[in-house]
Amino acid sequence: MDSARFALFVKQDCQTCTLLVPVFERMRESLPDLAIYVQDDPRFLSSAGAAYDKTLEKSFRADIEITPTLIRMTGQSETGRVCGWVRDEWRNITGIAKLGQDLPAYSPGCGSKTRQPGVWERLVAQFGDSQLKSRPIQIDEWDDPIEACFDRGWSDGLPVVPPTDERILRMLSGTNRRPDETIGLVPPDLAECTVEKVAINAVMAGCKPEYMPVVLAALEAALDPLFTMHGLLCTTCFSGPIVIVNGPITRAINMNWGINALGQGNRANATIGRALQLIIRNVGGGRPGEIDRATLGQPGKYTFCFAEDETDPAWEPLSVSRGIPSGRSAVTLFQGDGIQGFVDQKSRAPEELTRSLAMALTAVSHPKQAQTANAILILSPEHYSIFRDAGWDRTRITKELHAALLRPGRDLIVGAHGVGEGIPASRAEEMVPKFWDDGLLIVRAGGSAGMFSAICAGWTGGRARGQTKPITKEIRL
Amino acid sequence: MNNESILRDPTAETSPALRARLQPPASLNGLTVALLDIGKARGDEYVDRLQELLAARGISWRRYKKPTNTRTAPVELLQQIARECQVAVIALSD
Repeated sequence: MDSARFALFVKQDCQTCTLLVPVFERMRESLPDLAIYVQDDPRFLSSAGAAYDKTLEKSFRADIEITPTLIRMTGQSETGRVCGWVRDEWRNITGIAKLGQDLPAYSPGCGSKTRQPGVWERLVAQFGDSQLKSRPIQIDEWDDPIEACFDRGWSDGLPVVPPTDERILRMLSGTNRRPDETIGLVPPDLAECTVEKVAINAVMAGCKPEYMPVVLAALEAALDPLFTMHGLLCTTCFSGPIVIVNGPITRAINMNWGINALGQGNRANATIGRALQLIIRNVGGGRPGEIDRATLGQPGKYTFCFAEDETDPAWEPLSVSRGIPSGRSAVTLFQGDGIQGFVDQKSRAPEELTRSLAMALTAVSHPKQAQTANAILILSPEHYSIFRDAGWDRTRITKELHAALLRPGRDLIVGAHGVGEGIPASRAEEMVPKFWDDGLLIVRAGGSAGMFSAICAGWTGGRARGQTKPITKEIRL
Repeated sequence: MNNESILRDPTAETSPALRARLQPPASLNGLTVALLDIGKARGDEYVDRLQELLAARGISWRRYKKPTNTRTAPVELLQQIARECQVAVIALSD
């Protein structure tokens, strides 16, 4: 019969392990075949012949979760394992009757270094089977991986985080969805996109794992046929997907809806929008100058993502207005352009502000165009407070704006006021709405100071009402 | 050295894993060819002959020379070639 062998895993930075030093020394005397592995300090127990598990490979392969852990092997089989100090069990497994008689009967131990945040995925990548299916790309070990990503055309022009297995595995930990689940076919190449490909591009964009549910929902929205992502990509217009996030997840992942909400500086805002764009570029093959034919484009095509301010309980969130139950998280994707600033520091009555906003909103696409594009109005807190103090809610503001945006057709027809652009002459006698009934989305965001709101003009593809629409999807957590 | 020498492909994997080379132009008509002598022995003979062949075909060319074959070409030289030419021959004749 094979004699028993023992493997002991310890950390110097573990009170139970340091408490048990006399126990380990006693075991060293009594157990001829004892291997001791120290995870963190090569000096710890070195006099007892401990080996330094610097790479943590021994700990990883033994699947250690707690220090100390004592394993008994008989032949090739594990015949006993104790995690933490449980005196009776240690005596039983070692056969040493009075082991630790001066010590408490129980001490729980600490987490293994292999289980510290981010470490496990690195060990899986190094010593285990990542089970990733995407093609490995070997670069020279002297190459700069960020430059290698540029060289292969994987970047939007800014540096990307190199997609290594450990980073991808960490990213996949942010979702319960299987890596091989297909989210859909990404235009323009209509290439299948799995959760794993989403994770790779999310790594490159700089996302944290907890952003994954938002990125996945944003991609699902982009792939809804009614979002017409292919057309939005290949258009000569400015537009790209604008991602608006609602619900508890915005607070959970620390998104910005306050000061500078549409600007730089917040990781979630910046990287979620960028991840969507990188997926379109890399998986779908949508690259500027090829299928992307934008005449000018706009900086929001790097990334354009923000959260709605839901701090006022009187305000109906955008997602709720679009059919998502209250308290759930959702993304809304809008086909839109950059920011048109709206400055009004003098209007104080809601009717005044409505007329003022309507003047600015007529500029969407062109002042003489109508029903050619949707728009987002991003109401700042100071402007919103004028409406709120008057008891106007989302429905009322939307209704009043549409009413204020009715204009005589004779002012808008081709050639009117000496301008060629305009609506058909046949509409001269109509009162013409600027937007379709469902074409004006209102979102609350911004810092508390400043009577400055923003308008994002929609894509001119919006004129084909019913064929292309903003899309809202619930975020699956 | 880096520890990130294996990356995972973020694309739909419809193109080869090796980085694609630029396709050579279908014709040299109307283009200017850079002839870069990298500075190794007899490299100039090889570039001279290429120059003769291009000239005989009526194709524009410009000559350049690296300061030394022991180092990569200076960035200024590469940028000058990129400004002045559309095609480059980097000659080696050991």
